[in-house]
Amino acid sequence: MSTRTDAHSNQVVDNPREPFDVNDPRLSRFDLVREGARRDDIEIVHYEPQFPPGSRAERRIVRTVASIFLLVGVSATAFVAAYIWWPWRYEHGTGASKYYTPILGLTLGIALLGIGFGILIWGKKLLPKEVSIQARHDEPASEEERRLTGNTLLYMVDELGIRRRPLLGVSLLAGLAPVGAVAAAPLVGGLIQQPHKNNQMFTTGWKPITENGTTRLVRLTHHDGTPVRPEDVSPGGQITVFPGIPGGATNKYADSPVLLIHLRPDDAAAARAANERAGHADYMWGNYIAYSKICTHAGCPASLYEQQTNRLLCPCHQSQFLITDNARPIFGPASRRLPQLPLTVEDGFFAAKSDFTETVGPDFWERP
Amino acid sequence: MKRRKLDMAALPGRAAREVDDRLGVNTPLRSLLNKVFPDHWSFLLGEIALFSFIVLLLTGVYLTFFFEPSLTEVTYNGSYAPLRGAHMSAAYASTLDISFDVRGGLIVRQMHHWAALLFMAAIVVHMLRVFLTGAFRKPRELNWMIGYLLFWVGFLAGFTGYSIPDDGLSGTGLRIASAIMLSIPVIGSWITSSIFGGEFPGEIIISRFYIAHVLLIPALLVALISAHLGLVFKQKHTQWPGPGRTNSNVVGERMFPRYAIKQGGFFMIVFGVIALLGGLVQINPIWLFGPYEAAVVSAASQPDWYVMFLDGSTRLMPPWEINIPIGDGYVIPPLFWPTVVLPGILVVLPLAYPFIEARLNKDRRIHNLLQRPRDVPGRTALAAMAVTFWLVLTLSGANDVIADKFFISLNAMTWVGRIGLIILPPLAYYVTYRICLGLQQHDREVLAHGVETGIIRRLPNGKFVEVHQPLGPTDEHGHGTLEYVGWAVPKKMNRLGALGPAIRGFFFPIEKPVEAPVSPGHPPVEPRSERQEVGSGGSR
Repeated sequence: MSTRTDAHSNQVVDNPREPFDVNDPRLSRFDLVREGARRDDIEIVHYEPQFPPGSRAERRIVRTVASIFLLVGVSATAFVAAYIWWPWRYEHGTGASKYYTPILGLTLGIALLGIGFGILIWGKKLLPKEVSIQARHDEPASEEERRLTGNTLLYMVDELGIRRRPLLGVSLLAGLAPVGAVAAAPLVGGLIQQPHKNNQMFTTGWKPITENGTTRLVRLTHHDGTPVRPEDVSPGGQITVFPGIPGGATNKYADSPVLLIHLRPDDAAAARAANERAGHADYMWGNYIAYSKICTHAGCPASLYEQQTNRLLCPCHQSQFLITDNARPIFGPASRRLPQLPLTVEDGFFAAKSDFTETVGPDFWERP
Repeated sequence: MKRRKLDMAALPGRAAREVDDRLGVNTPLRSLLNKVFPDHWSFLLGEIALFSFIVLLLTGVYLTFFFEPSLTEVTYNGSYAPLRGAHMSAAYASTLDISFDVRGGLIVRQMHHWAALLFMAAIVVHMLRVFLTGAFRKPRELNWMIGYLLFWVGFLAGFTGYSIPDDGLSGTGLRIASAIMLSIPVIGSWITSSIFGGEFPGEIIISRFYIAHVLLIPALLVALISAHLGLVFKQKHTQWPGPGRTNSNVVGERMFPRYAIKQGGFFMIVFGVIALLGGLVQINPIWLFGPYEAAVVSAASQPDWYVMFLDGSTRLMPPWEINIPIGDGYVIPPLFWPTVVLPGILVVLPLAYPFIEARLNKDRRIHNLLQRPRDVPGRTALAAMAVTFWLVLTLSGANDVIADKFFISLNAMTWVGRIGLIILPPLAYYVTYRICLGLQQHDREVLAHGVETGIIRRLPNGKFVEVHQPLGPTDEHGHGTLEYVGWAVPKKMNRLGALGPAIRGFFFPIEKPVEAPVSPGHPPVEPRSERQEVGSGGSR
């Protein structure tokens, strides 16, 4: 392409134009438009209506556009009418209110599309087709011009005299740098939070509560706060439990949800043997086992329990954990097992013997 | 006193004169009205993004009147019966109110979400167009970079908007985002606790995301979009090669009236499509997801489509944990690579691409003419490779849904994704490269031998030959002498105007009449004759 272009632009065709008199009464308005474009270095090389003016084809297009605009009016009116009179309050089950939003969308959509198509047909069919050519004029400025601008810029630097008076520059930098810090300090200082305040990344709501010198274990509770008894979970079943402390089931304790599983006897034996290998000998209570529900990968609840294979699946990224082997990750992107909660039973209700002994939730740099 | 007669017809002229006396806008205005824009359907893709952004601003402002960005716990008491009495954040409750208790609030909310999806989709397709046609080459590298940053700022806008309703899905997304921040070595836990104001979820994150979503990010988007459009205006649009079109001119329509009218109509159409989607197609039904609770999630929890490739990369990542045995030990979790390192590479590499390509080709010229993708097989194949890479990741982001719907093992889907991510992109590169070469060859063949007419002639000696119609003058061997000029070669007789007039159908011509043999939409154009420079006010 470039060879063509160069050859073309090197052509010099001398084509002096006649003087143009703007006030010449014989000129049509289009002549003036064309002259205006010429003065902006634009040549209108092709300009013709698509239909002979007044022809049947043209009248048909006019009718089409007009009827589209009328349809817009009808549809917009329908929108306002539906907005006012159609029942809109949500009612459970079925009812006319279910159609409120679809009707609004349909009428609004038809109205807007109508405006769009009406304008488009008007512009594309009724306005003359044209081809205009404009020169780009994007050649870089000449070396001479660049030299002048560059020296104007450099002159500014000269005038400031930083080269000649280095002390000014150094002192300005020395002065401005702390000002920059002033701008950054409130932002950084206000936002920054020590991540290990109260050892928060290594403790959860299951930490035994020490009050007045006595230590009380935290009970396992349902979502509504009622404590969990062993009979609440049938063999092969599982429930989600929360620490029995105020707000224990809220997002304030987002690291604390635990999955309590009642294993069948042979699975329980396998799980117990695995626990012993891992040094978690007394973490289970009977055939009950409890793991943190928060995935060690990205923190989603690993809550899909596959009863047949004793696997826990995290639905976010499909990490799979084997319940009968210390919740070891056996597939997917998770690299660390789910922490196990040591269980006991007090007065017929489940309680946590201690907090988790491993870090709960997604991994981070300083996790030991 | 004699009352001067008011001449209505002269009024506009007089007003215009008064304005021009003061502002001096006459000549600049005329050159603006007359500015020539080249036309092609693929130039409209970026405008879909711009128009969606306008709809986003309009609907977004409406939503701020009703949304309460707060994690304060409230008891829901609105119209939606199944959740009545549930404890939830004020953010979630106010989103429910927008959906059920604000008249017409739901359609605005859904239009906002659809417009966001369309915005991102249009950006991606527009970016592909620019990449495949080489529109990013000198002098437009800076605009390519701005456009590319617009994608990532739009990504942030989308993510913050997705997060603030505090429903089950957005809370899970936030949790994953916090895990991603945590995974950054050394400073991860500091960043997370600083952004969340303590341990996840804290109490401040929604209001921080809210101000980012409604002020900081939109301001950045407006600034970048203005710069983007300003540069398009200043540098003038690229054009396809064709008759009369050179590297130093623009062939098309003047901005007013026809081009601007078409733009206005197109905006209304984009707006109308978003309105139809917002009213008729449900999106993000947050009332079904419930409020965010740390212990609750459901399967098939997918983010919006433009985040799915990151979800996919996270799913495909093998559990490679790096342990550093110093002191108590330090960890780089596997989550770090697909969610921090990969996007980091994806942000930096394409920004530098125009310069890399120019350097490899030792190309320092100015390019205002576009290239057909087939004419640059290497770049086209690279794009196919990138799209394949992205497609494997995006599909893997939904691999649980695919596994469920097609009864495939989930683990098998993960392995297909892992292996596919390595094998398929190079394969796509190779296949695309070959297709490009084949298309190039076919263009040359038609130029040399002419168009197949479908007429078989039997020679007196019994031999059959097919008659070809040459496109232009031929040499002594009967081969065409036309050169390939970088634009579509007509390959059918009716593209040469060799068939009769179009047969009219009921709705539309069955056979569209030929408008131009070479360039679409315009009749053939002679090269413009060079004229003497006329002094004008415009500097362009």
